[in-house]
Amino acid sequence: MVNLIINNKKISVPEETTILEAAKQNNILIPNLCYLENIHKIGSCRICVVEVEGMRNLQASCMVTVREGMKVYTNSERVKKTRNVLFELMLSDHPKDCLKCERNQKCELQKLGEQIQIKEARFEGQKSQEVMDISSPSIIRDTSKCILCRRCVTVCNEIQGVGALNPQKRGFKTQIGPAMALSLNSVNCAFCGQCTVVCPVGALVEKDATQNVWKALFDKNKRVIVQTAPAIRAALGEEFGYEPGTLVTGKMVSALRQLAFDDVFDTNFTADLTIIEEGNEFLQRVTKALTGEGATLPMITSCSPGWIKFVEHSFPEKLEHLSSCKSPHMMLGALAKSYYAEKLGMNPKDIFVVSIMPCTAKKYEIVRPEMINDGFHNVDAVLTTRELALMIKKAGIDFQALEEDSFDNPLGLSTGAADIFAVTGGVMEAALRTVYEIITGRELPFAKLHITPLVGFEQIKTAEITIKDPKEEFKFLEDFTVKIAVTSGLKGAKYLMDQIVRGESPYHFIEVMGCPGGCISGGGQPRPTTPEIRLKRLQAIYNEDESKAIRKSHENPFVETLYQDYLNEPLGHKSHELLHTHYTKRGKFNELLDE
Amino acid sequence: MYDNECECEYNHIPFVVKGEVSVALEIKCQCQCAEESDQDKYTRISEIIDEYKDKEGSLIQILHLAQGIYGHIPLELQKFIAQRLEIPLSQISGVVTFYSFFSTQPRGENTIKVCLGTACYVRGGKKILDQLIELLKVQVGDTTADGKFTLEVMRCIGACGLAPAISINDEVYKQVNPDKLQSILKEFGEVKK
Ligand code: SF4
Ligand code: SF4
Ligand code: SF4
Ligand code: FES
Repeated sequence: MVNLIINNKKISVPEETTILEAAKQNNILIPNLCYLENIHKIGSCRICVVEVEGMRNLQASCMVTVREGMKVYTNSERVKKTRNVLFELMLSDHPKDCLKCERNQKCELQKLGEQIQIKEARFEGQKSQEVMDISSPSIIRDTSKCILCRRCVTVCNEIQGVGALNPQKRGFKTQIGPAMALSLNSVNCAFCGQCTVVCPVGALVEKDATQNVWKALFDKNKRVIVQTAPAIRAALGEEFGYEPGTLVTGKMVSALRQLAFDDVFDTNFTADLTIIEEGNEFLQRVTKALTGEGATLPMITSCSPGWIKFVEHSFPEKLEHLSSCKSPHMMLGALAKSYYAEKLGMNPKDIFVVSIMPCTAKKYEIVRPEMINDGFHNVDAVLTTRELALMIKKAGIDFQALEEDSFDNPLGLSTGAADIFAVTGGVMEAALRTVYEIITGRELPFAKLHITPLVGFEQIKTAEITIKDPKEEFKFLEDFTVKIAVTSGLKGAKYLMDQIVRGESPYHFIEVMGCPGGCISGGGQPRPTTPEIRLKRLQAIYNEDESKAIRKSHENPFVETLYQDYLNEPLGHKSHELLHTHYTKRGKFNELLDE
Repeated sequence: MYDNECECEYNHIPFVVKGEVSVALEIKCQCQCAEESDQDKYTRISEIIDEYKDKEGSLIQILHLAQGIYGHIPLELQKFIAQRLEIPLSQISGVVTFYSFFSTQPRGENTIKVCLGTACYVRGGKKILDQLIELLKVQVGDTTADGKFTLEVMRCIGACGLAPAISINDEVYKQVNPDKLQSILKEFGEVKK
């Protein structure tokens, strides 16, 4: 432990602690901006300056570690003056149009202003060049609001390993963006949105879909169907003052009804359906591989559109490893405009499907040309969790006061297996709960059905399951050991793909989610997503799973009905038409590669 | 007869690549086919990349040598280097646009540098720069459409006593004023109005 004095208060903290952290642990708040705990520390904004006795210059407290006997002043006159000037300089090159800014009331620069309390903004300087990049279907860049903290650079390069963003030019002309002023849509951005979660200001935000959704809701001739991803219910509450990890499923459904959606469906339903299709696809591939017919293994999950875009750019020659299943919300959209439309006796053109997603890449996914059936987009609009919260607020709904309500059928009932699609390891566990039972006729042999090595936030998780005593028709699987790997975040995905490229992948089945931790910490989720918040959301998801009476996808009665009435069989003709897709070879620089 | 024959349709004169052969050096074919092709330049750059690849802090070195070979570092060349080094394109372009000695556009035949050291600045250097920007219709760092001039600025060159100063192709012109500037530019050919 190191003993030091901050503002005359004696404290002691572990070695290697920064002054900023030491102060925080002792309830002394040092204003800061660019620093992001555990993720990003480069000392660029210098807002966190403090005075250290015996040192001539003020120190950036987020960069300096504590030393024995150190005397630190966080609020001396000199510190305050410097902080004010730094803040005023920042404001001199900032548009300050908070009232019409996406981040109004949720902006770290505003919050800093509240802490620093300047009385005047003395500098009116030259404004740096503004670039408004609205090229992508997912993310908007507005460099006029950028404060050059570089959090997005760290996340995009170090955590996601994509590197679409980096500082360009220098000095006053510095801009954070893609190479050579290219637009985000013309580079290899995965649209994962992780940069939008960490950006402290309104410089990186999702592309607004609320306008389109309001328009559809006001259109009398449209039947507007909404569906919610598994991860929304574990995070939406944070936007309305609930503790992280509070499940708000029932209130969320009520809010959607009050917003006047005609049907409130659950993406969880098609998560169950995905398991039936994907589980059978996996079984088919393994069977072919073992019976000498040949098949591409490992098979890799395909629910995460950011991951799909990443792999298309980075490993265009390896796309046959991807499961051909569309992601669950695309399946629901496709069914809403076919199966459900037929039930209603409606023309699909009058149906408008909205997906509430924890994800910005889903906004891009819905405009992919592969996601069209009979000339209609499967899904018409994607709202992030944050955008849904904005709509609820705008409609004047008192969220906390809402009654609990439940999803509509036939596309609303789901099992616990669907809930865990929201967390890393969940899709794999859900698939194996079903596949193992198909093969052996017995339940997956794990306590509470959780494949323990696959639970948690490690970058790469692996497990092996050996088949014993299978059913007659699967005798060839006797003693076969299924090797599986799970990763979340694109850097881990790259690692597993590199193994495949080198021909060294030992796995049969891999789950990839594009965002670290899975959808619970997706690019469209409430800010901030700290490690603690992520863990609470994970626990909420597992609680939701365990609270369900049915916890295996193949036991979902509405899925059974769907096959009886409409799809006939897994991987059948109708399934292929509506629920499966194919992928596009793209280059590293977003060039389309020929077949 | 000769190993290297110019493929142009006029005068098939032997030419020399990289000084390997020393025949008929003086008689160069006017067609300039003898100039190193883009493909050859890329080959050489890729050899340099292989050589420096694993050395620490090699990116700047590689870019430097690449610019030496190619003349400038356009987007396509940046992509080539990014691919070979397996680092993000945005990082390469970040470095290229950070240092003023890298250029993303072809350089002009002549490089004009305007001194913006304190003495030159206060005695009209800024005006000269503005005039050049207007006359040549380029921004600082850019090259005129006809490829004649690249415009740059520099810090003090030690000609303070005779400010404002500019240099063209490393020759210094002192006490420049708007009229003098016109006539200096004429030395390098007509300046379009
Ligand atoms: S980024 Fe923050 S400070 Fe800037 S305009 Fe938006 S809300 Fe206001
Ligand atoms: S969306 Fe993801 S890949 Fe694209 S710039 Fe942001 S962090 Fe990078
Ligand atoms: S875009 Fe946002 S996260 Fe990135 S440097 Fe600018 S302010 Fe920081
Ligand atoms: S928070 Fe310490 S330098 Fe920005």
